[in-house]
Amino acid sequence: MKSVIPREVETLWTLFTAPVVWAVHFLVCYVGFAVYCAKALSLHLSFDAVRIGLGVFTLLALAMIVLSAYLAWRQWGYGTGDPPHDAPTRQDRKHFQGFATLLLSGLSFIAVLYMAIPMIFIAECQR
Amino acid sequence: MTDDRLTGSECWPIRSRLFIGRITDRADARSFYRAGLMLAASLLCSCSGPQSALDPAGPEAEDVAILFFTMVVGGALIWCSVVGILFYASRKKHAYDAGQASRIILWCGVVFPTIVLGALLSYAVWLMPNIRPGFGEANARLRTIDVAGEQFWWRVRYQNAEGSAAFETANEVRVPVGERVLFKLTSPDVIHSFWIPVLGGKMDVIPGRENHLTLMAEKPGTYRGVCAEFCGPSHAFMAFTVVAMEPGAFEDWTKARASFDGARDAEGLALFLKHGCSACHAISGTEARGTIGPDLSGFGERGSVGVGALVNTQEDIARFIRNPSEIKPGARMPHFSMLPETDIQRIAAYLKGLQ
Repeated sequence: MKSVIPREVETLWTLFTAPVVWAVHFLVCYVGFAVYCAKALSLHLSFDAVRIGLGVFTLLALAMIVLSAYLAWRQWGYGTGDPPHDAPTRQDRKHFQGFATLLLSGLSFIAVLYMAIPMIFIAECQR
Repeated sequence: MTDDRLTGSECWPIRSRLFIGRITDRADARSFYRAGLMLAASLLCSCSGPQSALDPAGPEAEDVAILFFTMVVGGALIWCSVVGILFYASRKKHAYDAGQASRIILWCGVVFPTIVLGALLSYAVWLMPNIRPGFGEANARLRTIDVAGEQFWWRVRYQNAEGSAAFETANEVRVPVGERVLFKLTSPDVIHSFWIPVLGGKMDVIPGRENHLTLMAEKPGTYRGVCAEFCGPSHAFMAFTVVAMEPGAFEDWTKARASFDGARDAEGLALFLKHGCSACHAISGTEARGTIGPDLSGFGERGSVGVGALVNTQEDIARFIRNPSEIKPGARMPHFSMLPETDIQRIAAYLKGLQ
């Protein structure tokens, strides 16, 4: 049976996944609220609908980061070896990349959460 | 009314020696502690005053002050803990192994700061709607004051109950205590920022936009507002007086200002008109209807001359008339030093008498 989780692929793109999700989430939240506030009268959407929509998007972004963290953890060998993984071998390079990806995923997770906090308290559009 | 708080200083800077190097004897130590006490006293003293966000006179400013002190206390506690742990770690006899060090980094370097920063961020953004209340429908019922930021003064226009302009003044904002007031902020030239620190946060004044800010004074008094966005050579002088008055006194003042008669001193007014001042300045109850410069009705009771540059005395008014740009660089008013000194003094006396 084919696994849902992708096969282990050694590419730098896995390293960037979580920060890219963080950047996209940041942009969508800012641009989403800005467009809504500019077009609120013609959109027939309540402020809370936008808030809930972006809340759901935040959960999706967090899920993607958790998936990225899981893949990184797998690439790191589930933490069986300790850093710094600085030997000139293929195995150490793979473990180093996995560990770096895991740390970046953690940072991105916290950043997305911090970005979501103002969306809970923001009250209305200022005109 | 002259407000010496605009130009004077309640709190003189303390000149103290700088102590560099080791304290060698007891006399030095005493001087050191004395300097420390004086510094602490001067810091505490600087918390109060007519322009201090830490001496609030309105609910929004109170929230800002509480937020500031929460952040200061939170930051001080974290700093003390970090320095304490640093001392403890440097005195410990045995070294940590790699596993213990990793756990310390994880808990003290990742988990603890994340939770503390998350809590402080949540508290700050939770406060924000309280600091900027009253947007939307609720504003329609508020007393409205139109404020325009000019280079380099504030045009202040009060609206009557019907929503049309009742009268205009400049560089002075009067508000009734206990009533929320809506400021409609516009600018014909460059970006300014309208800020009354004792009442609340600042709001940018942007050409082509009308920004709204609501504030409420809870304590009567005379405060100081400023322009908080660099706008040109005299940006620093673009200060204004804020008078929070009891509601009855405020109503009396608005009635008096709406029916102000600037023609009581006929000789002074004649000179004012003769020398062309009315081309730019208006005075209620007279032929002077210029709109380029500040409306001078009630000028004598304002806190300062040249916005925040000079105290409002007859001599300072005369000085300003002689050469405005010497006092306020970049001011659009030309110099009038060519006028006979007696005329300048007479016009200054007339303006001081406009109360």
